[in-house]
Amino acid sequence: MTLPQRPAVADWATDFDHTHPDYAAAAPEIWDDLREQCPVARTERFGGAWLPVRHADVAAIAHDTEHFTSKAVIVSDFRGLVDAPVGYAPPITSDPPFHQEARRLLLPAFSPKAVALLEPFTRQFCSSLLDGLAASGSRQVDAAVDYAQHIPVQVIAHMLGVPPEDGDRFRVFIHRILEAPGQTGPIEPEDTLTFYLWQLIEQRRTDPGDDLISYLLTTEIEGEPLGPEHIVGTCALLLLAGIDTTWSAIGASIWHLATHPEDRRRLVAEPELVPTAVEEFLRAYAPVTMARLVSEPVEVGGCPMEVDDWVLLPFPAANRDPEVFDRADEVLVDREQNRHLAFGLGIHRCIGSNLARMELTVAVEEWLRRFPEFEVADPEGVRWSTGQVRGPRTLPLRLPEGA
Amino acid sequence: MRIEFDREKCQGHNRCYMLAPDLFDVDDEGYAILRDAGEVPAELERQARLAADNCPEFAVVLVEE
Repeated sequence: MTLPQRPAVADWATDFDHTHPDYAAAAPEIWDDLREQCPVARTERFGGAWLPVRHADVAAIAHDTEHFTSKAVIVSDFRGLVDAPVGYAPPITSDPPFHQEARRLLLPAFSPKAVALLEPFTRQFCSSLLDGLAASGSRQVDAAVDYAQHIPVQVIAHMLGVPPEDGDRFRVFIHRILEAPGQTGPIEPEDTLTFYLWQLIEQRRTDPGDDLISYLLTTEIEGEPLGPEHIVGTCALLLLAGIDTTWSAIGASIWHLATHPEDRRRLVAEPELVPTAVEEFLRAYAPVTMARLVSEPVEVGGCPMEVDDWVLLPFPAANRDPEVFDRADEVLVDREQNRHLAFGLGIHRCIGSNLARMELTVAVEEWLRRFPEFEVADPEGVRWSTGQVRGPRTLPLRLPEGA
Repeated sequence: MRIEFDREKCQGHNRCYMLAPDLFDVDDEGYAILRDAGEVPAELERQARLAADNCPEFAVVLVEE
């Protein structure tokens, strides 16, 4: 299926389109231009939407749950089925006060101490992927397709307690959802992710393990145990929110290192700097732009926002605002002051932020340990995704002989 | 140097816990706990500065005397 080309954008201040390939190719330049001439852009596309690009405006909206609802978070022509406060994928689509209850169930599983326990598994998996790439003998690898995208899938499968022998089946489900929606022909109901998760939940009910599904089976909301629908919904949310985002962050970081040899050499020489550099990559290449719907009329940056207008929250644009960041347009791998909002702000702060940071840090450390030298094989072959999750979807790299 | 932490602003980004583990702990839900409010020991001033400079919610504030 090939989607029709979207109409060209006449003016980014009055007719923006974040799903257009021109946006994917040059978003940082577009944000910088808008920040100077019109800090809140408007479009009549999608039934009416706003795009603030200043840190102050993005932060104000992210903190304001009175005038903005999360019942729909992906901008489209369609404005959401299930009303807040619960929404179709709690807690990301929930509003207060229900939001806090749904979120509190999940928070312990994603705390820094819980995530630290997953690091050895993640490191071993990254290392095994790199073994495979090195053993293939090929001097050209795609770091997005052959490395970055596998890491979050495997980590989430491990968290959910998917047995290793089901790994291939699980990856097929994920591939269908993320990469080829509607392109795989008719699928038997027994061959879907929902059916698979349902079976896994029933199996964990009788034979609990040390995994997230077993944990969710022991939790309660308003004194009642969670139903399988809520657990399936939660697993689906983690898969949809945790995979292409982390994939994008890992890919963008490796792309930066491929195109900035001085930074690459410095991190190879000073591996203890990687966690600081990772925060800078998150600032400069923050993959996620969230969205809200206006629920009460409000004015932001002098713009009157009406009920049911979309408002995009481009965290990567806020991260480049010179009002908040020194040398905002430069990537400084040793930046010590870094209040970036790659994971959002306010009550919807990305619940998987500790997990994503761990995966990104481990992925970069292991890659540099194995391949300290590499470069982009074909700049034309690097393709960035469109829409609200931004990262390289193809990243062909050349490895030196003997690597 | 004094350190102040606003629990109402904290959203559990965990930057302070990662950068200043001698000053901050986290609870089971990942919200920060300031171990000792008030005067920062001289040897922890660098950690305090990192915690304040990296909090996305501006929940950690330093008061320099």
